[in-house]
Amino acid sequence: MNVFDILGPVMIGPSSSHTAGAARIGRITLALLGAPAVRADILLHGSFAKTYRGHGTDKALIAGIMGMETDDERIRFAPELAQDAGLQVNISTGEIEGAHPNTARITLTDAEGRQVSLQGSSIGGGNILITQVNGMEVQITGQYPTLIVLHRDAPGTIAAVTEVVAETGANICSFRLSREAKGGDAVMNIELDSLTNRSLKEQIQALPNIFSCTILEPV
Amino acid sequence: MEFTFNYQSLSPLIEASVREGRPISQLVLAQQAAQMEMSEEEIYRQMEKNYRVMAACIEPGSRKNLRSTSGLTGGSAYKMRQVSESGKSLTGSLLSGALYRALAVSELNAAMGRIVAAPTAGSCGILPAAILTMEKERGLSERNCIMALFTASAVGMVIANTASLAGAEGGCQAECGSAAAMAAAAITELAGGTPEMVGHAVAIALKNILGLVCDPVAGLVEIPCIKRNASGVAGAFVAAELALAGIESAIPADEVIWAMKKVGDAMSSSLKETAEGGLAATPTGKKLHDQVFGQEGAPAGCHSCRGCTSGK
Repeated sequence: MNVFDILGPVMIGPSSSHTAGAARIGRITLALLGAPAVRADILLHGSFAKTYRGHGTDKALIAGIMGMETDDERIRFAPELAQDAGLQVNISTGEIEGAHPNTARITLTDAEGRQVSLQGSSIGGGNILITQVNGMEVQITGQYPTLIVLHRDAPGTIAAVTEVVAETGANICSFRLSREAKGGDAVMNIELDSLTNRSLKEQIQALPNIFSCTILEPV
Repeated sequence: MEFTFNYQSLSPLIEASVREGRPISQLVLAQQAAQMEMSEEEIYRQMEKNYRVMAACIEPGSRKNLRSTSGLTGGSAYKMRQVSESGKSLTGSLLSGALYRALAVSELNAAMGRIVAAPTAGSCGILPAAILTMEKERGLSERNCIMALFTASAVGMVIANTASLAGAEGGCQAECGSAAAMAAAAITELAGGTPEMVGHAVAIALKNILGLVCDPVAGLVEIPCIKRNASGVAGAFVAAELALAGIESAIPADEVIWAMKKVGDAMSSSLKETAEGGLAATPTGKKLHDQVFGQEGAPAGCHSCRGCTSGK
């Protein structure tokens, strides 16, 4: 612990879990989409569903989807800014079974019709945990550089990816694999201590059985 | 230099400050530089940024038409500032100045403005109000005011390490109480008090707010949080004034912090940020909840969520 854990962070009020955490979930979804969104479908669960109007959680999520940082003073105007930018936002509330009380499920669509969907929770103090990407289980905290590798479940794919990571000198601090079915779509989520080589993305995408590789910087 | 303190208790820090003949803030800055492997200048500059964000809250926070996202609060800082600056306030420009600044930062937080959690968003008005008022009313240098934030942070670290800064764990005493104790320490050092006086100011500030529950109406950081920020900074000035007069706390600061933890543990969960008890459970509190969320939205707040127990 240091003095800036006590005095800080600089943030947009009123609540680190309902605003700062929500903005970070939005930002991660945008990073996964990799292009500006033209449509955002947001499902809110639990405390997010019940109190989002009073806490401005909806505004913070939209701000994050538009790429704003957690201390951006434009957060409270995010719905209007989204409208101006041609981002269509649909917010609904509902139950997500077994989810943390502060959870949102977001589906983003870009201008070319590509989609990404994600489920994330705001777990306190502005910290977040992304638990699903495109319906597959992940565990992303956004605290470390993270590789999200969508691929076909095939022997040798994990070894090939980790070998490329090792060649760049990066150290893996967590690794998680999830798949829809044997031989079907699968996702690796790999957290690194630090990102040593920015060409890692291209190198992984060039491997067999890889659909896409996204590098998430800490958000 | 060797550091003989580690933020598990306040007394070794006070003793080191007396022994070295240097203010607590200087020792904390030096220790933090060693801990974070950064220069003192770099850490000071980072704290300076925080202080300037705090200072930038006052104007937008005291706008006449400021309203919170829920629509429940806003505009009290404006009223208090009018009276304070007219020279007609009951308690004079120092205290009334601190009150309007605490309201301003806190109302800005509720209106989705940019603030520094100090130590939390719910208690973010107390420390800025204390130090900015000392700067403006007592003509102190910005540098001294920024240094005082290190003294305040040290108090916050001890409380975080040995008790809690989260309303969900310790009630409002853990949020506004901790902020008041931090502010009392900062004011006492800024006013030229000895390190021992800083310790007594911390003890007195925390003693006077011991047992305060966290009972936010509709689960929002507004009612009663905003006015408790005003009360918190007033308590900090009371504690500092008493300590500067040489009045001692019979119970030492570290034991008061221990007591605060025990009181928080004994507090019913309905009084720890769940919006189920206290003011939140009054007829008007419930009516305001329905006004914001509709009757469908029950129950308010974060009852089932333990997400905020991490200390912020």
